[in-house]
Amino acid sequence: MPTHTFETKHLQAGYDRKIILDDVNVRIPSNKISIIIGANGCGKSTLLKTMARLIKPESGDVLLDGKSIHKMAPKQLAKILGLLPQSPIVPEGITVADLVGRGRFPHQSVMKGWSKKDYEAVAEALEMMNITEFADRAIDELSGGQRQRVWIAMALAQQTDILFLDEPTTYLDITYQVEILDLLTDLNQKYGTTIVMVLHDINLSARYADYLFTVKNGKLIAEGAPKDIVTAALIKETFALDCQVIQDPVSNTPLIVPIGRHHI
Amino acid sequence: MKSLPSTGEKQRLLPKHFVAVVALLLILLLISVLMSLAFGSRTIGLGGLMDGLFHPSVESHEASVVRQRIARTVFGLICGAALGVSGALMQSVTRNPIADPSILGVNTGASLFVVCGIAFFSISSPSEYIWLAIIGAMLTAIFVFGIGSMGASGATPLKLVLAGAATTAILSSLVTAIQIPRMNVMDQFRFWQVGSVGSASWESVQIFIPFLVVGLVIALFVAPALNALALGDEVATGLGVRTGVVRIFAAFAGVLLCGAATALAGPIGFIGLLATHVIRLVIGPDVRFLMPLAALCGAIILVISDVVGRFLGSPGELEVGILTAFIGAPILILITMKAKMKSI
Repeated sequence: MPTHTFETKHLQAGYDRKIILDDVNVRIPSNKISIIIGANGCGKSTLLKTMARLIKPESGDVLLDGKSIHKMAPKQLAKILGLLPQSPIVPEGITVADLVGRGRFPHQSVMKGWSKKDYEAVAEALEMMNITEFADRAIDELSGGQRQRVWIAMALAQQTDILFLDEPTTYLDITYQVEILDLLTDLNQKYGTTIVMVLHDINLSARYADYLFTVKNGKLIAEGAPKDIVTAALIKETFALDCQVIQDPVSNTPLIVPIGRHHI
Repeated sequence: MKSLPSTGEKQRLLPKHFVAVVALLLILLLISVLMSLAFGSRTIGLGGLMDGLFHPSVESHEASVVRQRIARTVFGLICGAALGVSGALMQSVTRNPIADPSILGVNTGASLFVVCGIAFFSISSPSEYIWLAIIGAMLTAIFVFGIGSMGASGATPLKLVLAGAATTAILSSLVTAIQIPRMNVMDQFRFWQVGSVGSASWESVQIFIPFLVVGLVIALFVAPALNALALGDEVATGLGVRTGVVRIFAAFAGVLLCGAATALAGPIGFIGLLATHVIRLVIGPDVRFLMPLAALCGAIILVISDVVGRFLGSPGELEVGILTAFIGAPILILITMKAKMKSI
């Protein structure tokens, strides 16, 4: 189970000269599941994208094992650090096996074709996501939950020690949300993969995260194990929402119960 | 280690039906080549065909007609292959199902430079055309990409196609403006502008080969990265692709192939679009297999169009560029309707 240090130093980043992240210092716990939460537009997705090298920081740096990720060869970095963005593109008519196989790109070169290791990695990823039976099917024929499993399988085939996911459960029914988070937990437990993701659902985040980061206005305002940091005060500060925090009867993690203006 | 999935290794090695498709294409290629050698203003029988191809000592009239048609046929083949690969490259770079050298304005850029060469610098030989056409194609591509990538989201497929259409409109009106007051240069240019392989010689083939080789080698090297790029820039970056570099190389190769073909044969539209679409429908979107088969398919389409043009235009010839436009335009409309502009 390889461990890595992954941290940001005084990170400033944004789009088109508009600074969204301001002096963010994050240290991702190795071999754990970290979840970033925050209100819409708070910069949580920007933080994830900057850590996953999709956005070049204006100043500050992102360090993997002490080295700037922007100074590493992209293919070498892609063997350690994987990424599943929020809306990847499905080429028309592509089969499950073809798409998952494309996750092997950083391990291949033009002159060497597919190696035995490549086939094994793809087979294993398909197996782990329970989509082996769909291998020859076109992605267009699959349901939303199945599709998301295919994308995660692609990221799995990449065989990285660290995996970033930008809202992997968005647009999915609750059943599939839980299924995806269970599968990611399997992945973390089986291979020790460090998982960092942005999620919308606070309660699922509190249940599945080993470590939680809360972001507001481009700044990190709290971090730690969910049971240590999730309080009514923190939720009020992060989301401007009144709530009661009770214990999740299933997982014993914090469960927030929102308080609106009605039905009190 | 778990056993491989039921689909097995072969499935990953080659797309479904790959071998059958290659075999079919090779048979079609052979048929189209034989037709191209045999048919024309004078139809040659099997005996004459054999004499012309395999018995260099036979000096019959039929044999010499066949020998003359060899250069034209070979040129048609490599021209079609270059256009097929060029279409596949441009569709990959722009992630757009209707990208084609003619739609992105690259052909028109090449035309403008050639007509300028003919009108202002009295250029008349193909070996000079080719550089002008390639420079014109490159500058147009850079211009279209430049305009298309302005603004926040970079070069989106939609912006690229709009930029291409606008550029085509401007450049073709420039071409007309230069052409009209110069009736004397018009004949030469008009023939070129239609797109024809009729006047191709071994010299054309020779001029073409280096450009073809460079373009194809680059295409071979960028193919795996283009597969990653098809999943979106973010996924590709996550897989370790330098998206900017790959786009530049792929676009360069695509422009080189189409620029060279345009210089020597004139603008022949839609071959890249047609070949890439047909092949993608049959074997799927894996660029590594798509490109070589699109080359084969493009070669077949061009040579067959050329042969058909000889029949339809008889006793003269109908230029191949006219035919591909006639076949290509309706199919473009079909594709557009079917694609629902998904990736845009």
